[in-house]
Amino acid sequence: MKVLRRFLIRLSNFATRQSVDQRLQEEIAEHLALQTEENLRAGMSPSEARRQAVIKLGTAEAIREQHHEEQSLPFFENLIFDLRYAVRMLLRFPGFSFIVIATLALGVGATTAIYSVIDATLLHPLPYPTPTELVRIQDDLPGVSAQSVGISVPEWRDLESSGIFQSVAITGTGANVNLTGVGRPLRLSFKQVTPNYFAVLGVDAQLGRTFDPHDATLGYNLEVVISDGLWRRQFGTDPHIIGKTLLLDNDAYQVVGVMPRGFRDQGSTSDEQNVELWLGAGFSGLPFPAPQRGIRLGSRAVIARLQPGLSIAAAQEHLNALVESLTKQFPVDYPAQTAWTVRLIPLSEIVVGSVRQSLLLLFGAVGLVLLITCVNVGNLLLARASVRGREIAVRQALGAQRTRLIRQLLTETLLLFLLGGIAGFIILFCAQHLLLRLVPESLPHLNDIAVRWSVLLFAVVVSAAAGIIFGLAPAWLMSRVDLIGTLRQEGRGSKGSPERSRARQVLVISELALSLVLMVAASLLLRSFWDLFKVQPGFDPARVMAIQTWLPGPNDPTTDPYRSASQESILVREILRRSRTLPGVEEAAIGDNAALPLGHSLPTRLPLIREGIETTDNQAPVIDSPIVSPEYFHLLGMPLLRGRLFSDQDLENTPQVAVINQAAARTYWPGQDPLGKRVRLPLSARELSGSAKPVWTTIVGVIADARTESLADTAIPQIYGSVYQHLSKDLAIFLRGQLDPSVIPTQVREQVQSIDPVLPVFHAETLDDVLSDSLSVRRFSMEMVALFATTALLLAGLGIYGTISYVVNEQRREVAIRLALGAQRGNILKMVLLRGLSLASAGAGLGVCGALIVSHLMAGLLYGVSPNDVPTFAGVTVVLTSVALAASFIPALRAIRFDPITTLRSE
Amino acid sequence: MKEKPDVLQGTLALMVLKTLDVLGPQHGWGIARRIEQISGDLLAVNQGTLYPLLLKLEHEGSIASEWGASENNRRARFYRLTGAGRKQLQAETREWEQTSAIIARFFKVKAGDLA
Repeated sequence: MKVLRRFLIRLSNFATRQSVDQRLQEEIAEHLALQTEENLRAGMSPSEARRQAVIKLGTAEAIREQHHEEQSLPFFENLIFDLRYAVRMLLRFPGFSFIVIATLALGVGATTAIYSVIDATLLHPLPYPTPTELVRIQDDLPGVSAQSVGISVPEWRDLESSGIFQSVAITGTGANVNLTGVGRPLRLSFKQVTPNYFAVLGVDAQLGRTFDPHDATLGYNLEVVISDGLWRRQFGTDPHIIGKTLLLDNDAYQVVGVMPRGFRDQGSTSDEQNVELWLGAGFSGLPFPAPQRGIRLGSRAVIARLQPGLSIAAAQEHLNALVESLTKQFPVDYPAQTAWTVRLIPLSEIVVGSVRQSLLLLFGAVGLVLLITCVNVGNLLLARASVRGREIAVRQALGAQRTRLIRQLLTETLLLFLLGGIAGFIILFCAQHLLLRLVPESLPHLNDIAVRWSVLLFAVVVSAAAGIIFGLAPAWLMSRVDLIGTLRQEGRGSKGSPERSRARQVLVISELALSLVLMVAASLLLRSFWDLFKVQPGFDPARVMAIQTWLPGPNDPTTDPYRSASQESILVREILRRSRTLPGVEEAAIGDNAALPLGHSLPTRLPLIREGIETTDNQAPVIDSPIVSPEYFHLLGMPLLRGRLFSDQDLENTPQVAVINQAAARTYWPGQDPLGKRVRLPLSARELSGSAKPVWTTIVGVIADARTESLADTAIPQIYGSVYQHLSKDLAIFLRGQLDPSVIPTQVREQVQSIDPVLPVFHAETLDDVLSDSLSVRRFSMEMVALFATTALLLAGLGIYGTISYVVNEQRREVAIRLALGAQRGNILKMVLLRGLSLASAGAGLGVCGALIVSHLMAGLLYGVSPNDVPTFAGVTVVLTSVALAASFIPALRAIRFDPITTLRSE
Repeated sequence: MKEKPDVLQGTLALMVLKTLDVLGPQHGWGIARRIEQISGDLLAVNQGTLYPLLLKLEHEGSIASEWGASENNRRARFYRLTGAGRKQLQAETREWEQTSAIIARFFKVKAGDLA
C-alpha cells in the first residue's frame, strides 16, 4: 500500500514534470541559516560558523540528486533520455537506420506471416471448447492390413455406454446434396451426423436448437441444422427460418437451428470445414442397413469427447479392455486373424497432422532467415562501432559508467529492432490479402488465417527478444573501447579492436552456415517437387476436363427417379451422347467421385471378399472401388494389359464384371492369373436399397497402374465397376478435346439440365489443374523455402561483403606499405580473396553439418531424393562459395587500386 | 556514492517518526539536531541526507509538510506526523523491541548454555 502510494506520486510527478527542487533549495538555505546561528552561539567566527554548517550538511549536489531521484522515477527518466538520444542517432545516420529497419522488417515480417498461419492451424486446430477432450475413433483390422474400416452401430452403442466418453458421435465425411426450390438447384455440402454430434463438439445453435439426442430415429430425422453462411446468403438472415422446410434431394427437411457465425465443422480440408447443412441420422434404419455387429459403416468417421480429466492413453487402455471383452463375446464377428483394434487419435491430429511437418519446416526456415537478418544487423552495428568509437571514448572519459553506456546502446538497438518489427507487421497487415492468395486452398483453417492481436504480440516479442540478444553483444564490445588509444588517433577513425573483428568473423561464418542449411533444404524440396511433377502419373491429364453433377438420393427409395442402375444408365447414356455433340469434345466418359484422379478427399473403400479365401466381411481387406463408364480408361489413357474392358453390353441384368489394376492383381492374387476370379464387394452403399443377396463379380481385365490416388504413391490397389451395373449418385463427366474452359461448364449445364432440370452441375476443372492442385502444399512449402533461401544467400553475401570491405579498409596502410615495397597486385588480390575464402569454407563446413541434421529431420517431406544427396550438397556449397568469393572480389579490387602515396599520407 | 546500510536507513526513518511524535511539528534542521543530540555522531555529518528521506516518508503518507514560520520568523518547511505515520510508528516500535529483545538474548547466550 505504502509502496504503491509512493510509486503513484512519483509517477505523477514524473508525468507532470513537477519539481520540488525550489522547495529543497529553500529548506537547505533555512537549514544552513539555523545551523550557522547555532555555531555562532557556540562562539565561532561568522565565516567559520558558515563553513562548519555547510560541512555538516554534506554535499548539496548529491543531496539534490538523491532528492530528485526520490521525487521522480529515475529509471524512466533515463529511458526517455536514452530514447531521445537514440532517435537523434537514428536520424543522424538515416541510411544506416533505413537499411537496418528494412532488413529487420523483412525478417520479422516473414516470420510473423508464417506464425499467423501456424497460429490459425497448429495452435488453434479445433475451434471448440476444451478441444483436448476431442478424439477420433478409428477401427483397424491390422490382421488383414485394413485401416479405418468404420464402425458398426452396435459397436457405437458399446462405446457410448462404456463410460470412457461423455458422448460418441458418428458423422459422414461430407457429401453433397441438392437444394431445390430456391431458384437454380444448389449443390451444398452436408454431413449426416448422429443427433449428439453438436453435444460432442460442445457448440450450440445461435438460433433455434441443434438436434435433440433423445429424439433419435433409425434413419433420417428429417431435421436440418444450417450454417450461418447459408442462412445469410440464401435466406437473408430470416429470423423466422426455424420451422421452414427445405427440399434436399427431394426430401422435405425442417430447419431446426442455425449455427453461430464463426462455427466451422471439424475436418482436415476446407471442403469439410465449410459444411453448410447437418442432417440428423441414426445410421440404423432405411436407407441405412439394419444394425448388425458385422456391418460396418465404412466412410463414416467417429468422433467422441472423453470424460473430463481422462488422458488419451488412459482412455485407450480402457478401450483395449473393452475391445478384448467384445472379441471374446462375439468370436464370429471378430475373427482372431483380423486382429480388430480400436484406436483413439486426438482430433487435432486429424485436422492438422498432415500439414504439421510442412508448416514446422516453414517456420524453421523463416526462423533461420530471421536469425540471419539479426546476425546481419549485429554485423552492421559492429561496423558502426568503429565509426562511433571516438564518441563513446569521449563519453567514457567524461565519466559515463559502463553499465549506463551499455544501457544506452541497448536502447538504441532495441529501438531499431522494434521499429523494424512494427514496420514488418504493418507491411504484413497491408499485404495480408495478397499473401493469403499464395496459401494453398487445401490448408486446413485457411479461412481462419488472419493478422490478429496475438500475431502483433508475437511480432513485438520476437523483435524485442532479438533486439536484446543481438544488441547486447555489440553494446558490450562497443563499451570496451581503449580510451587512450582511441582518443589519440585524432579523428582518423578508430583502428577497431581485435575482439570486434573476431566477433564480426564469427557472425559472418554463422550467417554463411545458416544460409547453406536453408539452401540445402530448399534444393532438396525443389528436387522432390520436380521429381513428383515429372513423375509419370500413368494417365494422361492433358486436354481433359471433369465436371461434376449429383443425382438426388431421397430417403424414400420409391420416390427416387434413379433407383436402379438401369434407370440411371438411361441418364448416363443421354449425358454422354449430348456431351459428344458439344464443340471441341472428342471423347466423353462418366465416372463417380472416386474415379476423379487426385480430386477427391476420401476414396470409396469396400471390403473385398475373394471367392474361396475370405468368408465374412470382417476378415476382408478394403479396396478402392471407383465406378466408371466403359470409355473412361481410353479417355484417360490407361492401357489395358490383359483381358477386356467394360462394354456397353455389361448391364445390370448381365453378370457383374470388374476391372482391376496391376497393384490389385499383385496384392490379392500374387503369382496367379486374376482373370476369371470372382469377388464380392458387399456393403456397397449404392446398392443398399437393392437386393441383399450376395452377388459375385468376375474380374475381366487388368489395367496398368496409375497414380490416381496420390502422385507420391506408386500404386494403390483398385477395382473398377461399370456405371451401367452399379448405382452412383456423385457423377463426374470427363471430356477430352479442344475445350474452352470458360464456356464448357455452361454448355454442359444446359445439356444436363435439359435432360433433368433438378440436377446441379458444378466444379468444372481441367485435370491439369487438379494435378497441380494436388501438389499445392508441397509447392507452397517449396516456393517459400526457396524464397527464404534466396533471401538468406543475399544477406550472407552482403554480410561477407561488408566484413571483407571492413578488413580491407583496416589494412589499407599495410597494403599501401606492401605496394610501396613492390608487392605484386596479384598477391594482394590473392591475400584478400583468401580471407574471404577462409570465412566461406568455415561457414560451409559448419553449414554442411547443420544441413545434414535438418535434411534428416525433413526426410518425410522428400520424394525421390535422399537426405544425404551428394550432388545437392556439393552444388549448394559451390554456389555459396562462389557468392562469397564474388562478394570479396569487390573490396579486393579496391585494395589493389590503393595508391600507396596518398594512402600513406592520409594516415 | 556509497549507500548507507539498510539497517541504518530503516532506523533513521524510525528516528524521524519518533522525533515528530515526541516534539510535534518540526522543520528539517530541528529534526536533524534532535537526532544528533540523542544519537551522538550518527548524523554529525551529512545532515542533508535527511531531506530525501523526508520526501520519501511524505510520499508514503507517514508524514505531511507545510510552510510555516521558524523561531526567528523565517519561512521554513514544517513536518508533522499523520495518522498513518503514528500507526506505522507504533507497529515499527513493537517490531523493533521484539527484534532487539531476541538479538539481546542471543548476545547473552554463552557457549556453556547451549550444551
